[in-house]
Amino acid sequence: MSGNSKHRKYKNPFLNWIEFRLPIISYLEREYGEYPMPKNCNYFWSFGALATITLVVMILSGIFLAMNYTPHTDMAFDSVERIMRDVNFGWLLRYIHSNGAAFFFIIVYIHILRGMYYGSYKYPRELNWILGVFIYLLMMASAFMGYVLPWGQMSYWGATVITNLFSAIPVIGEGLKIWLLGDYTVGNATLNRFFALHYVLPFVILGVVGLHVAAVHVHGSNNPAGIDIKSKNDTVRFFPYMIMKDALATCVFGVLISAVIFFGPNLMAEVDNYIPADPLVTPAHIVPNWYLAPFYAILRAIPDKLGGVVLMFGSIVILFVLPWLDRSNVRSCNFRPIYKWFVMLFFVNFFILGYVGMLPAEGLYLLIARIGLVYYFGFFLIITPFIHLVETPKSLPMGISDVYLGAGEKKPILTSQKEII
Amino acid sequence: MRFCIIILIFLFSTNISAAESNSGPMPRHEWSFNGITGTFDKAALQRGFKVYQEVCAGCHSMKLLYYRDLLDIGFSKAEVKVIASEYTVLDGPNDEGEMYERDARPADRFVSPYLNDNEARLSNNGAYPPDLSVITKARKYGEDYIYNLLLGYEEPPEGMEVGDGMYYNKWVGGNQISMPEPIYDESVDYDDGTDNSAKQITKDVVTFLKWAAEPELEVRKNLGIKVILFFLVLGTVIYLAKNRLWREID
Repeated sequence: MSGNSKHRKYKNPFLNWIEFRLPIISYLEREYGEYPMPKNCNYFWSFGALATITLVVMILSGIFLAMNYTPHTDMAFDSVERIMRDVNFGWLLRYIHSNGAAFFFIIVYIHILRGMYYGSYKYPRELNWILGVFIYLLMMASAFMGYVLPWGQMSYWGATVITNLFSAIPVIGEGLKIWLLGDYTVGNATLNRFFALHYVLPFVILGVVGLHVAAVHVHGSNNPAGIDIKSKNDTVRFFPYMIMKDALATCVFGVLISAVIFFGPNLMAEVDNYIPADPLVTPAHIVPNWYLAPFYAILRAIPDKLGGVVLMFGSIVILFVLPWLDRSNVRSCNFRPIYKWFVMLFFVNFFILGYVGMLPAEGLYLLIARIGLVYYFGFFLIITPFIHLVETPKSLPMGISDVYLGAGEKKPILTSQKEII
Repeated sequence: MRFCIIILIFLFSTNISAAESNSGPMPRHEWSFNGITGTFDKAALQRGFKVYQEVCAGCHSMKLLYYRDLLDIGFSKAEVKVIASEYTVLDGPNDEGEMYERDARPADRFVSPYLNDNEARLSNNGAYPPDLSVITKARKYGEDYIYNLLLGYEEPPEGMEVGDGMYYNKWVGGNQISMPEPIYDESVDYDDGTDNSAKQITKDVVTFLKWAAEPELEVRKNLGIKVILFFLVLGTVIYLAKNRLWREID
């Protein structure tokens, strides 16, 4: 009887009982046990796992913080300080959460740049890339609203500046802003809704992360060579081989984030946010969190408010269409001698944009921001779509196994153009 | 090429920002709480609290602290009770519906010198003396800045007009501050015979303010060493296991 054999798939009768009714055991086995990973994947491929772990840590620490937080303009600042002083290990929860947010962005930035350098967004993983950009957008929204909750000076003025952007939209702008704030200015209504949204958005992120992971598992992970898996010999099982590398990466990450949480918990915080919000006193420089600073630099680089807003949102929206902007058939920049340097320059440029985004927008900083802005869009609209016309990719290796054994370079094959399509 | 130019501009710009500060770089100081194993000196904290009481508390509140918090810096329960009882708080309403004054208890927050912000402004020439609960976290360079500021009163340089009711200070933004010079040599008498030079008094009160802002500092650093050791040991084991595992792969 076929049903009977299904019944006895596992030694443990309880697992069989579950599996027969909901085949989740075999799903986990398939997706997290046998799942084939290209064996040449380097540690950049551990950042997806790190991001997932960080998301879970953020959600857990956030839930416990929410139990002790009061979303009211008169009490928010004091309730956060009460968490730091009177809640058992409240300081640990809060420092994990605030620094975790910064590290979450570091991880996700490396994860995104990994995807850009090795061409992970290309066929057949375009949807995966799009889901990833959605996650990034949701993260930015969550981080922004989370930053408002402690109700310090930077919370208040950051919220004021960012929500003011919406008023730049013609016709509906002013109404939209009031609708978002729930008031004419940032106030208690705003704080309340930001808290509600900050609580719920991470669960939306968790859902999209589920889709993101499910989508990558359909065609398998990309790899540093950017070529397809051809045989079983090209891969290793996810468990235990990849899990072990991810676990090692997690430990290294644990050391780094602990060093900050325990020995420099306010290194990445703005000092002004330890001053309670005061609508009557504007801080000398209103700065966003560093992880949003590149976009803030783009916003301020344009003298026209609407233009700045359009370019700022455009700089994120353009990420969605990257898979179609890149016309080259070669995925990995390891085999793209010219584009490789433009991609690296893009990383540096993004970093510099972030740096000037934290400084006053005047003089030289403004000039740098404008050069950075031009390169940001030039990279996506000119370099990426047309570079393949002048670039001759290096010949791709025969297979992943050869790359892994270090023989890939010596066996040039013709496949460069036909490979992917 | 463009890369080089941007890097050049980048280096150049850091020079510019360094030149912007007109008082030179912020001097850093040795603190007992610095470093991985830093701790607070309880005697200094108690002296610092005395300085706060006698010098700062006339204008500056510390609303986030409770008198019971003083147990952490080595005061006994009886001492804390006595310290608290020197202050009066408005409580009520009582059974007759009236507000009444009573002595503060260890469970009360530090009593503020002014009833509200407006009274504070009125009494201080329009300037608001900031709450000191988290002041070392709320200023760039934290404890070093506060220390330098408290000792940074000087004669204004020639040609500089200091505003009415303002004082020249080397470290405050704009070099003008509403707070008169608070600390002088021997302006606070120490019970334990410690030298009460202005520097020592300042050092003690800043140590106290640092503790007030980060009372968890010692526990935090202690736990941090253990957590990092945990990740290091676990990471080493995992590294060895991973190498053993991947040796089979070819």
